[in-house]
Amino acid sequence: METVIKTENLTKRFGDFIAANEISFEVYKGEIFGFLGANGAGKTTAMRMLCGLSIPSSGKATIAGYDIYRQTELIKKNIGYMSQKFSLYDDLTILENIQFFGGIYGLSNKQIKDKSESLIEQLGLHQEAKKLVVSLPLGWKQKLSFSVAVLHEPKIVFLDEPTGGVDPVTRRQFWDLIYEAANRGVTIFVTTHYMDEAEYCNRISIMVDGKIEALDTPSHLKKTFAATSMDEVFYQLARGAKRGD
Amino acid sequence: MKQFIIFLRKEFAHVLRDRKTLLILFGMPITQILIFGFALTNEVKNSKIVVVDNAKDVASHKIISRIEASRYFEIEEAMLNANQIEESFQQGLIRMAVVFPANFNHDLVHQNKGQVQIIADASDPNTATTLTNYVSAIIQDYQAEMDKVNAIPYRIEPQVRMLYNPQLKGVHNFVPGVIALVLMLVCVMMTAVSIVREKETGTMEILLVSPFKPMMVMISKAIPYLILSLINVTSILLLSVFVLKVPVNGSILLLFAESTLFIITCLTLGIFISVKTNSQQVAMLISLMGMMLPTILFSGFMFPIENMPKALQIFSNIVPSKWFYIIVKSIMIKGVGFSEIWKETVILIGMTIFLLGLSLKNFKIRLA
Repeated sequence: METVIKTENLTKRFGDFIAANEISFEVYKGEIFGFLGANGAGKTTAMRMLCGLSIPSSGKATIAGYDIYRQTELIKKNIGYMSQKFSLYDDLTILENIQFFGGIYGLSNKQIKDKSESLIEQLGLHQEAKKLVVSLPLGWKQKLSFSVAVLHEPKIVFLDEPTGGVDPVTRRQFWDLIYEAANRGVTIFVTTHYMDEAEYCNRISIMVDGKIEALDTPSHLKKTFAATSMDEVFYQLARGAKRGD
Repeated sequence: MKQFIIFLRKEFAHVLRDRKTLLILFGMPITQILIFGFALTNEVKNSKIVVVDNAKDVASHKIISRIEASRYFEIEEAMLNANQIEESFQQGLIRMAVVFPANFNHDLVHQNKGQVQIIADASDPNTATTLTNYVSAIIQDYQAEMDKVNAIPYRIEPQVRMLYNPQLKGVHNFVPGVIALVLMLVCVMMTAVSIVREKETGTMEILLVSPFKPMMVMISKAIPYLILSLINVTSILLLSVFVLKVPVNGSILLLFAESTLFIITCLTLGIFISVKTNSQQVAMLISLMGMMLPTILFSGFMFPIENMPKALQIFSNIVPSKWFYIIVKSIMIKGVGFSEIWKETVILIGMTIFLLGLSLKNFKIRLA
């Protein structure tokens, strides 16, 4: 299996506070990798380091084969990112948003045109293509957001709590999009607080107080912790946490 | 480059779609110029003045009747001494006093020379100048008329005394002030808000994760406001020249070059604020309180800096608008060239480079 994310003892300190403590893991191509942890466990810090938004204090990491310290520009070309906040422009139309993000990732005009046509087709947004994004319901916005994040066909896409505040039906549809992308070979790195979503992942890691306490497939984890659901697994691990919000 | 153009197009879409803000941005300089123009420097009618005629001779009577005939004054003749005049000023009963000395006509006839004292309340400098100019003009008219019949010309010397504000600060100089104010507002506040908005909505993270250079994000954010501001400068100048008849005596090109420099100073200030803050409200508040107020107070366009305590005078030096105001005033009103304002220009350039360096440094820290 091809490794697309590899970290070794990756650490981030803010003064005395160790937000991420010697994290080591590997993520393989086409995998859906769930990154779990209570609030304040260090998920976002770890993710920001992997995206090149934050410089690690120590440790090693490669993303898509590129070094996290020296090759951030190459990493940026090969990853997509969707934050927990809705991150398209409200005052631009759907089409303009697609054109803009395609544009800043350096897609050609023809690519942008083809992509936006197929994307609008796929999401069934013909009626709305020329409407401002602000008028869309949240669920649609999130789906659109994800589609835009994978527009430039990144090797890896980072999703930071992508389904917060979205109804279960739309969440299910959102995960259909994720599976589809994974089938195309895109690696999905996703953080979530929904344990049903954790079950959808190929493998998950659970962070507690800056450290990765568990990393395995959902079924193995349940077996190891003698639990019937991911909820229980998570609860057993996170109960010991000393920090929180 | 293509990415840059795409980004710019997006920025223009943001600016142009926000119709209400756009209306304010373009409407504000126009209304400000008109309000300042007509409220502050319009001609003065029916001002109450007192005439103290110690001479009561033919010459003083002729001048007084001419003053009376003009529609600018409501005249009252009274025999007041200096203290009484002062008192009337303090109570705000009169705006100006014209005093003829006892031997006015006698001096004119025998020495060909006479003096008239004109005292004006200069706490409102515009009114004071206008009034004294009117009276001086009337006296000169009379003098010119008498010169036609006299062999040796008369010389009447109006002795003008400005009470309360002898330097007459703030006269006709509001146009440079409004330019500084508007540029400050548009560039600092709008740039800061538009960058902070992206932080608030979370789109900034997406941009930082993308291959698009952070520096480019800043530049493309600033460009629409640069253009907007140049349009504003143009509209202010057109209004001041054609509606308010305040001429541009110096080089227009130099004026625009200096304005562009000041706009860039303001844009870097805006970027600096946006780097330091995380909410639109805070950005707006800092821009308003931290930038607008000092511009009004310390640029010298409303309140003379010379009259301030030493500490505030020193403080005024770090307000960029002060230097820009001096530059614009020198170009527009004094009509000077670059050789006279290079120092101020260098100071502005220095401030810009300093702010740019500061924001870049802080921007990097935020990313780390």
